[in-house]
Amino acid sequence: MASAPTALPVRRSFGETMRRDAWWLQPAVVFLGLSAFIVYSTWAAFQGEHYTFGNYLSPFYSPELFGDSGHALLGPKPSWWFSWLPWSPAFLILWAPGGFRLTCYYYRGAYYKAFWADPPSCAVGEPRKSYLGERHFPLILQNVHRFFLYFALIFLLILSYDVWRALWFVDPNTGEEVLGLGVGTLVLAMNVVLLGSYTLGCHSLRHLVGGRLNQLSRKPVQKSAYSCVTCLNKRHMMFAWMSLFWVGFSDVYVRLVSMGVWTDWRLF
Amino acid sequence: MKTAAFKIWRGDASGGAFQDFQVDVKPGYVVLDAVRKIQADEAHDMAVRWNCKAGRCGSCSAEVNGMPRLMCMTKLHDLPEDQPITVEPLKAFPIVRDLVTDVSWNYEVKKRIKPFKPRAPDHEDGTWEMHQEDVDRVMEFRKCIECFLCQDVCHVLRDHHKHEDFIGPRFFVYAAALEMHPLDEEDRRDDLRQEHGIGYCNITKCCTKVCPEGITITDNAIIPLKERVVDRAYDPLAKLVQLVRGK
Ligand code: SF4
Ligand code: SF4
Ligand code: FES
Ligand code: FES
Repeated sequence: MASAPTALPVRRSFGETMRRDAWWLQPAVVFLGLSAFIVYSTWAAFQGEHYTFGNYLSPFYSPELFGDSGHALLGPKPSWWFSWLPWSPAFLILWAPGGFRLTCYYYRGAYYKAFWADPPSCAVGEPRKSYLGERHFPLILQNVHRFFLYFALIFLLILSYDVWRALWFVDPNTGEEVLGLGVGTLVLAMNVVLLGSYTLGCHSLRHLVGGRLNQLSRKPVQKSAYSCVTCLNKRHMMFAWMSLFWVGFSDVYVRLVSMGVWTDWRLF
Repeated sequence: MKTAAFKIWRGDASGGAFQDFQVDVKPGYVVLDAVRKIQADEAHDMAVRWNCKAGRCGSCSAEVNGMPRLMCMTKLHDLPEDQPITVEPLKAFPIVRDLVTDVSWNYEVKKRIKPFKPRAPDHEDGTWEMHQEDVDRVMEFRKCIECFLCQDVCHVLRDHHKHEDFIGPRFFVYAAALEMHPLDEEDRRDDLRQEHGIGYCNITKCCTKVCPEGITITDNAIIPLKERVVDRAYDPLAKLVQLVRGK
């Protein structure tokens, strides 16, 4: 045998790799997709208008705690809101779905690569030598994910209620609400389906409903719940993206219909 | 007969370089066939480790075109033909020579994981009862062939050299197989959080991507272990529930 083993091989420098494939493509797509969503949702949250149309309520603004749209649960814009702060009903609630996605295991892995190059892609050299991972502050805070999950589950119920509300339309002749179905109803319903598929496939939920047990066979209800969550969890990445796109699109839909740019077709 | 171009890393801890080779290859050749042919015909002193040539022993791990692969399971016809195929030793372990690295660190790590501790037997004859569905979950982890490709690709070891503080994906799989075993009573959560450094894993899933056994390392082993660690260390609500239930 030649030389005895000594030191580890030298680290590769940033972006250095022997990979031949387009390793940069996936992080680039993630970077662009997430950036586009962040830019749009921030802009939409700051608007503070055109987030309702009839009984439709944009998911970026639901639940509307305070506001002037008629959907508000607790009344108009609160008087205690600082005058120097811009106001939008979205500010009061967006932290919950935002925090849920920010701390989601799938997104974490994806944005560590795409936004922080840690690593840029598998087996590709990194820009920094030091590394703390999720072991130290600040990223140790990612462990709060399950608390955001609890909020996300409540939001899912609220958004389902919004779909129910979106089934009712004011009859211009009588002024009464009648049952109906608009394209907007379908858009909001699809949002709940996709958001539900994403939320109910959460890794923390998978753990809480049964993953934490070693003898699931003794708990049939938890075992079924675990199987259901596992089934969605296998497609967690797919639902993460589909629900992200669709929640943004739902806001676009309500916004453009409310602005009169699009017409909301009634199916009945 | 077709010819394939190879660039194989030759050297040892003091340094090395890629050496070019041309090999006549037959249909169905895997990288290991070509490397062995080069060894037999041209580079008799080239160090390469292999054993089963069937993807079972985990000895022939190397980096082919920059990705950790089993040489014996990487077919030439799956690799692009327009450029030479590069073959290098693993990057997360000290080099011995050419394509051979010293992976003994892994065996030391394994010893640090608390062993299986079954509950008292269910029956007087010293046997237990287990349900298939409870065992199914850990069966996935038992497919591991200890090729250490996942350890090699993991940036915590590969780029950050945290060998002292982080046991790597292979051993999270091993710990998961024990920790989730229906008979096991040991609690490894404090070890996982502290000595085993599970918090260093940033769930980028490279380990899952390279595992030749298709073990869903990140989603089925690491994340569930991280969640168990949260139960233990970061969830005041869970603590409260435990307190109320008197457990
Ligand atoms: S998921 Fe974790 S263990 Fe696997 S390669 Fe990434 S950092 Fe390493
Ligand atoms: S988990 Fe997979 S990649 Fe890692 S050592 Fe085992 S078989 Fe190899
Ligand atoms: S892990 Fe993705 S939502 Fe919880
Ligand atoms: S030689 Fe055994 S796995 Fe490749």
